Amino acid sequence: MSIRINKDKCIACGRCTQVCPGTLISLKDEKANMDYPRDCWGCVSCVKECPVGAIEFFLGADIGGNGSVMNVTSEGDILHWNIHKTDGSIETIDVDRRNSNQY
Amino acid sequence: MERLQVRRIQTDVLIVGGGTAGCYAALTISRNSNLSVLIAEKANIKRSGCLAAGVNAINAYITKGHVPQDYVDYATKDAAGIVRGDLLLTAAEHFNEVTEDMERLGLVILKDENGDYVARGNRNIKINGENFKPILAKAVEEAERVEVLNHINITDLLVEDNRVYGAVGFSVTDEVAYEIHANAVLIATGGAAGLYRPNNPGFSRHKMWYPPFNTGAGYAMGIRAGAEMTSFEMRFIALRCKDTIAPTGTIAQGVGAKQVNSRGTVYEKHYGLTTSERVYGTVRENQLGHGPCYLQTSGITDKQNEELLKAYLNMAPSQTLRWIETGKMPKEQDVEIQGTEPYIVGGHTASGFWVDTNRQTTIHGLYAAGDVAGGCPQKYVTGALAEGEIAAVDIIRRLEENREEWIPSDPAFLQENANRTLLEYEKIRATEQPAFTIEELEEAMQKVMDEYAGGIATGYQYNENQLQLADEKIDQIIALTDHIGARDMHELLFAYELKERLVVCKSLIAHLRGRKETRWHAFNENQDYPETDEAYYRYLNSRMRDGRIELIWRDIVKEGEYEHTN
Repeated sequence: MSIRINKDKCIACGRCTQVCPGTLISLKDEKANMDYPRDCWGCVSCVKECPVGAIEFFLGADIGGNGSVMNVTSEGDILHWNIHKTDGSIETIDVDRRNSNQY
Repeated sequence: MERLQVRRIQTDVLIVGGGTAGCYAALTISRNSNLSVLIAEKANIKRSGCLAAGVNAINAYITKGHVPQDYVDYATKDAAGIVRGDLLLTAAEHFNEVTEDMERLGLVILKDENGDYVARGNRNIKINGENFKPILAKAVEEAERVEVLNHINITDLLVEDNRVYGAVGFSVTDEVAYEIHANAVLIATGGAAGLYRPNNPGFSRHKMWYPPFNTGAGYAMGIRAGAEMTSFEMRFIALRCKDTIAPTGTIAQGVGAKQVNSRGTVYEKHYGLTTSERVYGTVRENQLGHGPCYLQTSGITDKQNEELLKAYLNMAPSQTLRWIETGKMPKEQDVEIQGTEPYIVGGHTASGFWVDTNRQTTIHGLYAAGDVAGGCPQKYVTGALAEGEIAAVDIIRRLEENREEWIPSDPAFLQENANRTLLEYEKIRATEQPAFTIEELEEAMQKVMDEYAGGIATGYQYNENQLQLADEKIDQIIALTDHIGARDMHELLFAYELKERLVVCKSLIAHLRGRKETRWHAFNENQDYPETDEAYYRYLNSRMRDGRIELIWRDIVKEGEYEHTN
């Protein structure tokens, strides 16, 4: 499990490099770069921080991943968690930060 | 290679680690005094520490109809008596107040029609904690007289005559070292992960329960400075969703799912319901050939299924991705569970710094709060906030009300200490062709701990012969760390994380060897002494003197005030 950064979408704002709890991302050649993919904890802080949805989170094959990726786009308090499946379909779960978990 | 630039900073209070406990301590000092505070954080306080991904319940709360003493009684029973009554009670007395403060700062908490918090079980309330840490970090950034230095890794305390005067560290991103002088230091660096080979040792090696960036830095600097530690042998092993290592409480308590084996038998009642027994039962069922084990979620309602997917996004999103990616929802398929590798973490068990009731360690002026502080198991998030507050209040009392000011009797000695640390940084940076990489030595350490000190490989079991071998092999690896190299500042961080973990491993092995009984199944599963022995109803503490670990047995402390006698 780790992240991939879509370099075409990345605007080099540097927010992900600041927020990663492992300081695993840096700016290289004007783009964000995941320097240590095997050291990612999977907290998705960077995924939520990215203003253009350029960071994709995936599960490694060693923990059952099959190639789907997840990114987050947000509008105010609403987080859209977009799961891009390998068949090309997208499933989105919306979570409102103003609502508590039910469990 | 140019030498690191050295920056010297003076502050009243240095807080090492800007996680939950460290941030709340800073906030408390800012609100209640004129003292200057510096937080040195190795990542960025916005998302650093345990709450990076979020948390979806407050698990230490005094719900309606209960009193703080109930919490003390529960945690005491769960830890088979090896707890500090004074620490548990003082933490529990603060749980609700810190929760209400977090709500004022912006935390969303579920309420019923009367405006009361909705309980999940006896001690828990439901929240949306996805942004718990950003809320806390924002409050700290707005607080007066608090400076935050992000991306600074502290490695060593400056201690003379058992009194702390500051600490030394370096920037993780720039070629700068820091020498920080302070009148009081609070260690809030969290616990230690990555000592043992993890569940997923390959590409997803860091898909572990506890933050892989919590490397035991605080324990290690305390141990090297001669501080007393307690109960390292009470390891914590979490029961987690297979592969994603996501929490199980949301399923077990949230939708009431039972632990079942592959035959459909509810096995949890055969082994007991304490935290360690739930792990032990799962290990035993697998050893008996009854695995895999599951949380029985099949048959939950569509609504429950939907809410579980959302709840996991707010704390462990990989689990939600897993459900959707496989197309098998919890309502259709039970969730497979497993035990994690062992951790040292004072928020769950009693391991950590030996502190007085005010959270001062055995080194004068040095405080500990949160997962790094021992004696107060199951303190969780609210306990970390509470301990940050309790330590902060005592720091204010000493520095501002009593105007305690400490002058080193031998400033040259402290400067030599600082210089020695700075020279060590330069030596590691100057080593160009090390025999082994840091990563190779980390794998070697994890293998030794896994196979000889009760890791996943042995079902958490160990015996004295194995522990002796573990100790010898860890010594060999420590010797090899004299020759490691770092090409940049981030690799220097990796070098120190390895060194810290090795120091913690040594103390952990000494503690496992010391407790010649099995008091907490799985957490300490001593095959030479498989029964509980009431002669060991005592704390096992330790401290390092002249490079050797001394064990100290102490009598159980009940509720009331505890002061160090040193």
